[in-house]
Order: sequence, then structure tokens, then C-alpha cells
Amino acid sequence: MSRTQQLRDALVAHLSPAARERLAELADAVAAEPTAIGRLFPAAAREVARGPLDPADRSGLYGPTLDDSVRGVLVAALVESLDDEDAAIRELTALYRYGDGDEKRAVLRALDGLGPGAQPIVEDALRTNDIRIVAAAMGEWSGTRLDVATWRQGVLKCLFVGVPLGAVHRLGERTDDELGRMVAAYAHERLAAGRTVPDDVRLVLDRVPHVLEQFPDVAAALRPST
Amino acid sequence: MRIFDPHIHMTSRTTDDYEAMHAAGVRAVVEPAFWLGQPRTSVESFVDYFDSLVGWERFRASQFGIAHHATIALNPKEANDPRCLGILDLLPRYLAKDGVVAVGEVGFDSMTDAEVEVFTRQLELAGEHGLPAMVHTPHRDKATGTRRTLDLVREVGIEPEMVVVDHLNETTVEMVDDAGAWLAFSIYPDTKMDEHRMVRILQERGLERVLVNSAADWGRSDPLKTYKTGQAMLAAGFSDDDVDRVLWRNPVEFFGQSGRLMLDYDTTDGLAATFEGNSILRGERTGA
Repeated sequence: MSRTQQLRDALVAHLSPAARERLAELADAVAAEPTAIGRLFPAAAREVARGPLDPADRSGLYGPTLDDSVRGVLVAALVESLDDEDAAIRELTALYRYGDGDEKRAVLRALDGLGPGAQPIVEDALRTNDIRIVAAAMGEWSGTRLDVATWRQGVLKCLFVGVPLGAVHRLGERTDDELGRMVAAYAHERLAAGRTVPDDVRLVLDRVPHVLEQFPDVAAALRPST
Repeated sequence: MRIFDPHIHMTSRTTDDYEAMHAAGVRAVVEPAFWLGQPRTSVESFVDYFDSLVGWERFRASQFGIAHHATIALNPKEANDPRCLGILDLLPRYLAKDGVVAVGEVGFDSMTDAEVEVFTRQLELAGEHGLPAMVHTPHRDKATGTRRTLDLVREVGIEPEMVVVDHLNETTVEMVDDAGAWLAFSIYPDTKMDEHRMVRILQERGLERVLVNSAADWGRSDPLKTYKTGQAMLAAGFSDDDVDRVLWRNPVEFFGQSGRLMLDYDTTDGLAATFEGNSILRGERTGA
């Protein structure tokens, strides 16, 4: 079964019959003429569906929203139809460049499966302070493909702008001593200023506890209270 | 009081303004594309600005519980600069997007030939995209400019109910009303309209097809003027429902014609949220 079909099937339960039909029409249009996606992408949310996919994740920080998923079907149709990764990256770069905040987020959520050519899109996204775009930029593609230095900066950025670290894909697997040091240093700065530290630093620091030998204040703050 | 400010330039406003607006009852805004205080000099300048109207500013508003919409156009002043005209070719890209609820602000600044051409083209674009038009009336020689505006609207053949003519005052109300267009009033501290004169106009001609906005921008202006107008209406004997009609239902009705309103957009009250429900560590304040 094609990826487009898989994604469409996953969405079925969330869409009205009319919405399903419209999505099928749009996906077929993109399959027939890939460059049509530039024209169809903006209207896809209002013509098919928009809103949270998971009611507990209203802003789509942990995963795609409904509209991200709808647009993801069109991206899958594009990639399959072009069958040429460089051409697909070019189209996606244009979709991202000309997209509003929601369209940019949808492109970021649809990058998984693509190669290093997608990195410039992710790097641009990590320079914004729209937390929904930052969260999407630290999703599946970055969890597997983003170079470790840029990825670590991305994790720190999530801490700074308020993206929950639970939203960072493969955080546990990619945590290393250097990330541990950076996160501990951030926690130390906050404590020195008499400010709060988000609990989700534990997601990193519990993996590399030896890093806290250099930050006894952070170690103390993380110890369960008696 | 629930308030939808149909004309406010949030790019020039601070987060203090967003907080105060939310506290006063503002839950939705339309930010029209306009100029930045000094003239732009290139198409790229417009592209980045339009991108921010449908990107960063929409996000910024959402953090304060406000659903942000935009209008897109080449404004009257910059229509006179040939370096800027290329943006007209890129407008369709933006006019296709969610949350873009009208072509605007268009209209006259100094009534030049270049302005006529650009105004006409953009009214046509509005028709082509099924979008309403937001028309700015000039601050200098206003009555003449408004009359020429209405003539052009008639010539292009756009439906009057799809047009809102903004920054009206006592000398321009009747001609716009007679044309069947929507009437918008910018309530401003020292110039334009004030809330008490606004109430008088409402008493004289009723609530239909009226939009009230703060047009708050780079100049001395007040993003709470919509709220203050609501208060002035109540003080003058209008009902809560009358206030809701003018400050909420009227903007929804006019801009709803675009099919692009996103009143249920993902907004959070950032003041109430902490780190997305995570518990917070509090450390000992480190001593010297």
C-alpha cells in the first residue's frame, strides 16, 4: 500500500465523508500534476479539516495536527508522484518558503523519510520563535537525521521557548554528555537567578547523571524532597 | 464584552498591549497590511512583512488568547513607488491563504494616477478571489477622496456589501451609507473619530453595517478604544446585545464573507499556562 494511502486511511476516522472525498480529490490532483501542490496546499486545511488530532495536544507540539496530517497526505502524493528526491525537496522548500505558519509546520511534519537535503528547511525553522514550528522541527526527521551539534542546540531552544522536551523525537537515544552539560548549565543559570526550572530537564539529566557532579545545585534541586 | 477589533496594526504593538486587549475582552483581530512609518523600497520587504502577518504575528497573538487574521495589499502610499509594484504579482499567493480575510488596505493617499491604477487592480483581485475589500480613505481631502473611492468601487463592479470603507467621519458617513458599503470608524485619541461622536452616529443611523476599530499603530493610539466605545455605548443607553452586535457580530458578518475566518484558532492564554502542565522545580537560591 502506498504511503499516501496509508496516511489517508489513518485519517479516515477523523474526517467526515465530504472531507474524505475532498482529500481524495486533492491527493489525486497532486499525483496527476505534482506542481499543483503549491496552489492546493494553502486551501487544504479549510477545504478538508483543521484542528487538533489529539485533543490533549491542541497546538500540535508532540505530533501533527489534523491540518498537518491532511497536508501530509498531499506531500506523500507529491513525493510518490515525482519519484525523485531532489525534485521533491525543491517543491517542499518552496512550500515551506511560501507557507504561512501552519503550512510551514505541516511541511516540517512531512519530512520524515527524506534525506539530508531537507536540512536547510529544518535549520530555518529552528531560527523562529514560533514554538509550534520549533516543536515540528524537532520531530521525526531531526530525531534521526539532524547533525548532533544542531540537534543539541534545538533541544536547548525547546527549553528556552517552552516546547516540552517530551516532544523532542528520540531525545533519550540521542542524549549525550555534552547535551547533559548544556541542560545542566541552563538549569544552574535559572537557579542562580532564583527562577524555576522546568521538570522535563530530568528527561535529559536522568540519562547522564554524572554530569551533575559539576552542578551540585542542580543535583540538589532534582533530588526528591524528603 | 467580547470584542473583535477589525483594524489594528499589531506589528507595531507590544505584548503589554496584547495582555491589556485580552483583559478587556478582545478575542479576535484583523491586522491590515499597511506601511511601516517610512516607505519600503523593494518587493522583498513586502514579502517578509506579509509572511509575518500570516506567521509570527498570528503566533504572537495566539499566545495571548487572540485569533489573528490579516488583510493583504499594496497600500496607497507605496503604490507610488515603482520599486514596490512587483508585489502585485505575488499577491495571489497570499490571497489564497487561511486567515487572509480581505484585500486591504487599498485606496487613496494623494489621489495620483499610480494610486488609481493600483487601487483598481486590487479591487479586481478581490473579486477574482471572492474576498472583501478594506478601503482606507485619505486623511487629506477626505470627502473628495471618499467620493472618488465610491466611484471606483462602482466602476470595478465589486458588490458594495463586500467593501468596507474605513476611517469615516461626519462628512463621509452619508455618502458611504448611500452606496450600501460597510462603514468603519477608527477611534483615535487626538485625530480621526472619538467614542462619543461614534455613539452619536450610532444613535442617528443605527447599528447595521458598522465596524468600530482602534486602528492602533505606530502613532499615539489606543488598542482599548473598542472597549471604550462599548462602554460609551452602554453609558448612552445601548444594550449589551447592541454592544455585542457592533463589536463582535458585525466584524464576524463582514469578514465572514471571505470564508477564511479562524475564530476557533489554536490560542492559549499564555499567562495562565506554565510549562505545559509539567511540575516546576524550585531550587534553593544559591548564596554568595
